[in-house]
Amino acid sequence: MEAYINLFIKSVFIENMALSFFLGMCTFIAVSKKIETAIGLGIAVVIVQTLTVPANNLIYSYLLKENALAWAGIEGVDLSFIALMASIGVIAAIVQILEMVLDRFFPALYNALGIFLPLITVNCAILAGSLFMIERDYNFKESVVYGIGSGFGWALAITAMAGVREKLKYSDVPAGLRGLGITFITAGLMALGFMAFSGIQL
Amino acid sequence: MSRTRQFLDKLYPFFDKGGKLEKLYPVYEMVDTFLYSPPDVATGATHIRDAVDLKRVMTYVWIAALPCLVMALFNTGYQANLAMQALGLDSAPGWRGAIQNIFGFNPNNPVSDLVHGALYFFPIYIVTIVAGGLWEVLFAVVRKHEVNEGFFVSSILFALTLPPNTPLWQVAIGISFGIVIGKEIFGGTGKNFLNPALTGRAFLYFAYPASMSGDAVWTAIDGFSGATALGLGALGGVDAIKEAGISWWQTFFGFERGSLGETSTLACLLGAAFLVYTRIASWRIIAGVMVGTIVTTVILNIIGSNTNAMFAMPWYWHVTLGGFAFGTAYMATDPVSAAHTNVGRWIFGILIGFMTVLIRVINPAFPEGIMLAILFANIFAPLIDYVVIKANISRRVRRYA
Repeated sequence: MEAYINLFIKSVFIENMALSFFLGMCTFIAVSKKIETAIGLGIAVVIVQTLTVPANNLIYSYLLKENALAWAGIEGVDLSFIALMASIGVIAAIVQILEMVLDRFFPALYNALGIFLPLITVNCAILAGSLFMIERDYNFKESVVYGIGSGFGWALAITAMAGVREKLKYSDVPAGLRGLGITFITAGLMALGFMAFSGIQL
Repeated sequence: MSRTRQFLDKLYPFFDKGGKLEKLYPVYEMVDTFLYSPPDVATGATHIRDAVDLKRVMTYVWIAALPCLVMALFNTGYQANLAMQALGLDSAPGWRGAIQNIFGFNPNNPVSDLVHGALYFFPIYIVTIVAGGLWEVLFAVVRKHEVNEGFFVSSILFALTLPPNTPLWQVAIGISFGIVIGKEIFGGTGKNFLNPALTGRAFLYFAYPASMSGDAVWTAIDGFSGATALGLGALGGVDAIKEAGISWWQTFFGFERGSLGETSTLACLLGAAFLVYTRIASWRIIAGVMVGTIVTTVILNIIGSNTNAMFAMPWYWHVTLGGFAFGTAYMATDPVSAAHTNVGRWIFGILIGFMTVLIRVINPAFPEGIMLAILFANIFAPLIDYVVIKANISRRVRRYA
């Protein structure tokens, strides 16, 4: 149990997707103008991450890994070279299915998440979650924890970013830096604050 | 009318619209309002009436930092003289030595200590003022806003957080980063979201770790190496600090190695009392930091650890060691970058206390945590305010529903 808690804390704070790996920057920058929308996107990322990382884990360990097909009686096959493509496909498919399910059964939630679900398909933080999972050889349980943790960390970062940007509405930024420029600098300064966790060994 | 007033009034036409030096008006305005209260009064429907304007607020913070400044001079000199005694030196090289030879190197002579400390503190402070001031004036002139006393505060706080041996060019780079990236690109005082002094300090910490951490930088004398009390604690807990001959009272009064102005808890208490009395600092933030620290420490004490001696450190040691008192009194209470709602201030403070202890105890990379804890809490301050305000709105909606 302790190992899972450590993995969760590590994936939320120490290896924060947005602020220590700078992944998912396009949506991180684009959708962080208002706190409400940032929370919406954050929730969507947590949900998608929690679904795709374990799904990719299953596919990787039972279909793609070296000798993974042993259960079907096929020995010595190593399909891990298509892991990247498989991950992308799985993410796109899961997001599509999730969208349809939400549309059919939870229209309120579907409307709240709106455009964010399709946006997430191409969010590199999501893909990175699956690729990190493969690289670090997580087992199924670990991949569930890692999925929740990395999604939550990204959601936390974008919500904090939206808070700061709402505050910065009252600032007087030099003309050349308005918009994207100051947002990048803000993200950098936030990463400086998140350095508090770098070096923690769990 | 005094001579200075007459002199300033005589210069005014040069800086007024259409004058020869029109561009440099912010500089004139800075000197004028620093010496005299500005003549402008609010007209129309003013909602806030207060005798204290922003300039006086900032001057008060500077006054509140004075006890720390005195202790910085005294303790830096004291530690330097002690180190020289330990190394068996009786003269120092360079220009500092030339002055200091007149006053001697006796650690028990307060005058000698004060002068020796001043020889290290004032170069750092002057470089801070000059380098930071240049940026400040440049931005004020180009962007046509006033030079604000906020810089006055940032510069003294920044200088007091540095180790006594910091190379002066690093001081200049650090304050430049703090002033430009931490504050001016957001539009100046009141518009930034991180504490500018801490931003500069953190930048130096990560850019030049060799001059900001380790054992050799905490005493002004070259070639003398000694860990801070907190550095000792990171290795062996409270026992290691006591073994090194540092008592709790010593850390309370501030006779230990450390950054220039951070060592004395007593001086910070005096400053904090002044700030709270003048209502510049929020007592809720200070109380929140204390609560966060005490609760986290007690929890960690109960959990305990066989390998990490910091787990057993009691809270009253945490509060007097390192920069805790300095950060809590002057940095966490920065009214710009802290949370703005009263409930939010409690949460903000507790977050700082929690993070400080966590970094000190759990993170082996950094012995001190208050700097990063405050920056971390600064990031979440707007979000905390948002949640508090939303909660308040929904509470009132329910009440009147």
